Amino acid sequence: MTAPLMIEARGVEKWYPNGFQALRGADLMVHQGEVVVIMGPSGSGKSTFIRTFNGLEDFQKGSIVVDGITLSDDVRHVDAIRREVGMVFQQFNLFPHLTVLENVTLAPVLVRRRPKAEVQQQALELLERVGIQHQAHKYPGQLSGGQQQRVAIARSLCMEPRIMLFDEPTSALDPEMVQEVLAVMQELARDGMTMVVVSHEVRFARQVASRVALMADGEVVEVAPPEQFFTAPSHERSRQFLSQIA
Amino acid sequence: MSVSSPPPRTASPPPLHRLRRELFATPLDGVISIVLLAGLSAAAVAFLHWATSQARWAVIQANSNLFAIGRYPLEQQWRLWLLVTLLAGATGLSWGLLRAWPRADRRAQPWPRNDSIAAALLGAISLYVPLALHAQPGIQVRWWAITALLLLLRAAAGRWGALVPQQLRPMLALIWPALYLIGMVLISGGLGLMQVPAAEWGGLMLTLVEASFAILLCFPLGVLLALGRRSALPLLRWGSVLYIEFIRGAPLITLLFLGQNILGFLLPGGLAPDRVWRAAWVLTFFAAAYVAEAVRTGLAALPPGQLEAARSLGLSLPQALLHVVLPQALRVALPATVGQFITLLQDTTLLSLIGLLDLLGIARTVMANPAFLGRNAEVYLVLAILFWCCCAALGLGSRALEHRLNPSTLATNTTALKA
Repeated sequence: MTAPLMIEARGVEKWYPNGFQALRGADLMVHQGEVVVIMGPSGSGKSTFIRTFNGLEDFQKGSIVVDGITLSDDVRHVDAIRREVGMVFQQFNLFPHLTVLENVTLAPVLVRRRPKAEVQQQALELLERVGIQHQAHKYPGQLSGGQQQRVAIARSLCMEPRIMLFDEPTSALDPEMVQEVLAVMQELARDGMTMVVVSHEVRFARQVASRVALMADGEVVEVAPPEQFFTAPSHERSRQFLSQIA
Repeated sequence: MSVSSPPPRTASPPPLHRLRRELFATPLDGVISIVLLAGLSAAAVAFLHWATSQARWAVIQANSNLFAIGRYPLEQQWRLWLLVTLLAGATGLSWGLLRAWPRADRRAQPWPRNDSIAAALLGAISLYVPLALHAQPGIQVRWWAITALLLLLRAAAGRWGALVPQQLRPMLALIWPALYLIGMVLISGGLGLMQVPAAEWGGLMLTLVEASFAILLCFPLGVLLALGRRSALPLLRWGSVLYIEFIRGAPLITLLFLGQNILGFLLPGGLAPDRVWRAAWVLTFFAAAYVAEAVRTGLAALPPGQLEAARSLGLSLPQALLHVVLPQALRVALPATVGQFITLLQDTTLLSLIGLLDLLGIARTVMANPAFLGRNAEVYLVLAILFWCCCAALGLGSRALEHRLNPSTLATNTTALKA
């Protein structure tokens, strides 16, 4: 692959304050335009790992370089990375006291200092793209889970990130709403967005992922293109995991 | 999400039938109802008998000015009239504008039914009270004019408020802080007005000045303390904890006496010149500790994902606090905070114990006047009513604010129905 590296995580180790080691030397390289889906049993450190990429979790050993910026204790580095990296959460985490439109426009106006009218225009276009342009003046509590998650995606996109992180974006959704969110993500991938997705959606991984990574016990044990990963996994843990979800 | 049809309305039974169902459903219910009704009516009859034939209201009528403003110099009282007029105008204006500018997701309702009731009540009170107090005709007319101004501005702002362009609207909230500063100048003098030393303030005016000063300052102070208590910096955290726990462990009256003695050393000379302001600062510092605890519960109620989401969007910590964390935490903390404000208002009566002529202090001097000996009941009753009115106003304001800030009236309504 010749595309530049967007995320370069090497030997990341993390201990929680109670002494539990959540990451034991996890590695992951993500190139521009790639969609990497991270799978693995619960407790394997998938969410913790993806949350280290934008500094939501700290780590004690190893190195992470995101879009050329080295993650360190320096607050300016973390802030710079967060401006370039969008994140979508399992629980949506929309701001319930702001309307949908205000949720989307808040960060670009505050952080990028762009004119409000221009951001609102862009926000409405993004909301149209995720199919909720008619709910712009409602509050998040008045929307369904699937709609809220699509607003959360639009909110991240309005910062014009170079990378999008998805932390189990469909796990808190009712089954009939999963598809509408995955469709938005699939379109985003088609447009060339670099994405790291923690997910259990096998079909999404098969259709959209450039590569699938399997995590177990705080390590990335296998990274492979989806076809190879799902049909001929090379690692024992991968075979075990696939047999459990099949 | 589609708009569903309203729930089917159950036909309400005839009033008499409903009364029977609610009061006399079972024999036991009936007995309880009868006993309660009998007790209530006996109390009401006794009270009315006292109020109309035994009470001597001259003590209130003769001293109404004293109760209102204490010994404020007579020739400067026009300043207070001006202030009351401005306050009434601002109240009418804000009230109407609030109705004319609904939230983005709600429809405007220029005259909800409760507003009509409130306006009618206000009119009736302003017509009746000056008459009952045997105020001079000139003063009666002033009260009626001020009330008319309030209601006229309410109606006008409700009718034409929607014409104000969107960009100007946030600016209009500034009339309140501006009015507060103007009010302080009008009351105390300066800027060409004759100085009226704080020692000459009294009555309801002094109570309101002390309470509003403390309420306005203790709120930001309390928020800072609450944030400090959750700060990652140990010095800030332990400092806040120490302050909050010390203040909450001491009775207000000791702090008030302490303040009269040591506040002069703690604050720069200009800020604590006399006893009235020293007391106001003590009230502020006292209430701030309690407000901090109320705000802390609000902060604790916020899911951590909110701060995470704000920070992942690139907001700095101050931006995230200001735009995401505090608006939600303060909304949760609002009822408890306003409860603290109401307590604070009532605590101002302790000022009479350190020799200030607040509402209670004035009342005590009036009752000590030989001409009104033994008229304590009338005086205390009026005091209670005045305090009740102020607290009710605070409570109403708080509930209106809560309703406006509630992000999903829809969702809470559903849970209330299910519960």
